[in-house]
Amino acid sequence: MNVSERELRVKPINNGTVIDHIESGQALNVLKILGIGNHTKTVVSVLMNVPSGAMGAKDVVKVEGRELEPGEVDTIALIAPRSTINIIRDYEVVEKFRVAMPKVVAGIIKCGNPNCISNSDEPVNSKFYVESAAPVLLRCSYCEFVLDKNIADHML
Amino acid sequence: MIFERRHIISTKDFSREEIDFILDRAQRLEPHARRGGLDLLKNRVVATLFFEPSTRTKLSFDTAVKRLGGATIGFDSSESTSVVKGETLSDTIKIIESYSDAIVIRHPREGAARMASEISRVPVINAGDGAGHHPTQTLLDLYTMRKECKKPIGDLNVAIVGDLKYGRTVHSLAYALSLYKTRLYLVSPEQLRMPGSIINYLREHGVELLETPRIEDALRETDVLYMTRIQKERFPDPSEYIKVAGSYRITTDTLGDVKNDMIIMHPLPRVNEIDPGVDSTRHARYFQQAFYGVPIRMAVLSLVLEKEA
Repeated sequence: MNVSERELRVKPINNGTVIDHIESGQALNVLKILGIGNHTKTVVSVLMNVPSGAMGAKDVVKVEGRELEPGEVDTIALIAPRSTINIIRDYEVVEKFRVAMPKVVAGIIKCGNPNCISNSDEPVNSKFYVESAAPVLLRCSYCEFVLDKNIADHML
Repeated sequence: MIFERRHIISTKDFSREEIDFILDRAQRLEPHARRGGLDLLKNRVVATLFFEPSTRTKLSFDTAVKRLGGATIGFDSSESTSVVKGETLSDTIKIIESYSDAIVIRHPREGAARMASEISRVPVINAGDGAGHHPTQTLLDLYTMRKECKKPIGDLNVAIVGDLKYGRTVHSLAYALSLYKTRLYLVSPEQLRMPGSIINYLREHGVELLETPRIEDALRETDVLYMTRIQKERFPDPSEYIKVAGSYRITTDTLGDVKNDMIIMHPLPRVNEIDPGVDSTRHARYFQQAFYGVPIRMAVLSLVLEKEA
């Protein structure tokens, strides 16, 4: 890949956050976790299936003008545990960290037990305890249902 | 040990020491479970919210409150409540907590009691949440073993028989017995075996267990025969149900080779797992077990409402 192609595909951002090394295919779920949707005004670039040496293919999400905090991005570890977060200022990476699996995941994943109280009309958010990070094993705080596969399919 | 204002949601929330503490309290209160005469809950109101029908659990909670000098309010089916008007459980709890000092709840959905405990400022006691937990049943089961067996709980062989897949009682009981390292025989038809996650938990916690479809494998060695009901609707083929249910039926003939002091327990209601002829044998303890629900619930209520016995 020559420089001009590279620039076209991955244009550097001035200020903001680059989420790199997202498991290929999970970029849209990352946006969902970050709450980026129709009402977001900032520029957001999404790259999918970018060739990657270590991962074969990866997704990348760039959020301009917003520096994401670890607490905001850690839930990404549920679906893309290898993600790295780069904080950019004046085109320079000033901070770089990996996502770390949180202890509790609230309001993001739907419980797989249809009879769980969190799947009813009650004004209650789903809440899961992360019992194991690798492999991912979540336990519903209400009905104790165990979620250990296809986590992305259970996103609200 | 502090139980004041504590919610009682799942047996798994308790350590062995805490369970023993509750059983000790129940033992002290037991003489009063038949004749009352205590005022530990004087001027206290306990709400019993039964969104699903129940006979023993509801009535034994009512009795426990009254034996301790308290009063109850509540309902025993959701049909007569605002639920039919579409009120959420969350709203119901917010209202009832202002009428009462503790809330006992049975609800058809798993996790309902846990959610109620997050909303309520008064202690919530789970009396069964769908296929989830029923901690006071487990406590009264342990109390029965402690009272009716000649050996400590940890030295017993306990055979749990019947529907081990869906039965909430047996899941909670297995977890609790793992605290005592009790040896388990898990007797069930193939399609109703105990879930793998629970088996793994038991093994990881050092429980010696044997899974078998044949009740004969357990009868001779067991100190406690814990029978449960096998529900017809679990079997797509009715003839298969009749065959399986028949193979786990206990009659006086079945009891030929059992230990002299073996006891038979059952959370009740029974259908035909235990022949009525067994009731008069020295092994039957299921009616005694049902009575022990009263002292256990007295102990739990008095502990969460913080009054020394």
